[in-house]
Amino acid sequence: MSRQSQDFHPALRAIHWLMVAMVFTMLFIGVGMVSTVGPAYLTLLGLHRPLGIAILVLVLIRLPLRLATGAPALPEDLPLLEKRIVWASHLLLYLTLFALPLIGWGMLSAGGYPVRVTHDFTLPPILPHDLGIYAFLRTAHTIVAVLFFVLILAHLAAALMHGLIRRDGVLRSMTIGHRPVATPEEPEAPDGPADETGEEPAS
Amino acid sequence: MPSLNRATAGAYALIGAVMLLLAGGFAWAAGWIGPGRINGGDVTAALEYNTGKKQPGYRRAHAKGLCFSGSFMADGAGSALSVASVFKTGSYPVIGRFSLAGGNPLAGDGRNVFHSMAFVLRAPDGQEWRLAMDHTPIFPVADVASFIALQRATKPDPKTGKPDPAVMKPFLEAHPEVKAFQAFMMQAVLPNSFANATYYSINAFRFTDAGGTTHLVRWQFEPEAPLAGLDKKRLDQLPRDYLFQEMIARTAKAPSRWHLKLVVANPGDVTDKATVAWTGPHRMIDAGTLAIDAVQSEETGACRDLNFDPTILPPGIAPSDDQLLAGRSKAYSSSFTRRAQEGPHPSAVGQDLARENAR
Repeated sequence: MSRQSQDFHPALRAIHWLMVAMVFTMLFIGVGMVSTVGPAYLTLLGLHRPLGIAILVLVLIRLPLRLATGAPALPEDLPLLEKRIVWASHLLLYLTLFALPLIGWGMLSAGGYPVRVTHDFTLPPILPHDLGIYAFLRTAHTIVAVLFFVLILAHLAAALMHGLIRRDGVLRSMTIGHRPVATPEEPEAPDGPADETGEEPAS
Repeated sequence: MPSLNRATAGAYALIGAVMLLLAGGFAWAAGWIGPGRINGGDVTAALEYNTGKKQPGYRRAHAKGLCFSGSFMADGAGSALSVASVFKTGSYPVIGRFSLAGGNPLAGDGRNVFHSMAFVLRAPDGQEWRLAMDHTPIFPVADVASFIALQRATKPDPKTGKPDPAVMKPFLEAHPEVKAFQAFMMQAVLPNSFANATYYSINAFRFTDAGGTTHLVRWQFEPEAPLAGLDKKRLDQLPRDYLFQEMIARTAKAPSRWHLKLVVANPGDVTDKATVAWTGPHRMIDAGTLAIDAVQSEETGACRDLNFDPTILPPGIAPSDDQLLAGRSKAYSSSFTRRAQEGPHPSAVGQDLARENAR
């Protein structure tokens, strides 16, 4: 869905950056905790589950918000192939935000573990106790997480390319937003009058 | 397209640096680069080395086991130390497993190893407590690195069936803490049944009572059946599954019972090392009775596909500062994932049953 404004909805931008912090923390905790038998293992495991469920809750809020408020149009000069890659990568990012917590939850269910989120809060199992399913999901949890990290790096690199090299407003649309647009006659004026149409100035 | 001027080159360099930093940080967090770190696979590898070969589909330690079911009747006294629901007066179902130490699932029972009891205790409100205990009040080593060294040093020499003294000697010199365990095993009675052994928590745990006060606690399950020992000189003459068959026959006649004694640490007790016994008088609370009224092979029981991770605890019980607990949790998890991926394999008791049925 396209959006009139050049920027993502402010609420969507807020939730995006909140999830950036959470997902990065989560991925580092995830690979870190399984790498050690030290006391950090229990501490990190204690953070991993509540953070994972919080991410699932946030993406449940975020997806409807994204569908309702839409995304600003991509720059017109972006090649069609790149536009398709953008669409597919965003779809994959959303899918993974749902999939990873659900795989984790399902994996613990199939392993016969209590899905303990915090010391006082345990979720019900979502899959039967079956070690075959557990083994599959346990492997999937790692593989999907590492691929997710790679996808996030590509997403970040693309965002920085837009912001630092193309300077086409795409990075802005998810960060500080576009300034009220100046008139074409005074392109540098810091306090130019707001352009209510929200369109790019003619260049 | 922008021309590759200096500013653009700088931007590319910046983006490259950000990518490298994040990818490098991730690889470091994962332990793929940087200083070595002991992970769960190192523990399972050491156990496989000690066993002599990998036994796919089985627990890497305590591979030989028997499922049981029963109940825990709490008398309410444990609530003085912990708010955990299972200490409130009532009866709670138990699913568990008896096992012998070692990684060989078909090993003979006549080995000077310890008996173990593990179970899951569930309360109606969903609280769950997993316990994994040995019949020794102390553990040979205090940390995971030492445990790996122990597994490597105590690998039986195929010729003698005993650890190689040339490997054992330097290990013991580096790990004097093992002597307490060796001394215990030397003088200890080796129970002639799973039913008359006392099972100990190994580590200390932090209990929290209704007033929010914490207590460092070790616990033990004391049997009602009187202790009698195996003849340590004639262990090799025992049938392969002697202890397991004894437990099956015993349970067919009557349930076996244990009393849960909660032992509260005295000031000065070592609470972060499982190698040191607590000596002298202690405050002890009899929190209830465990009754085991049925046993099953791992093929037919409910214990095989459970990980008895001793850090799965109800509210009111938490791990102590003993770092062995995190190591047990991670190592059990690595073993669990490996055997899940390998698929289940027949148990010794299951083999016996199949043989009987074929007759």
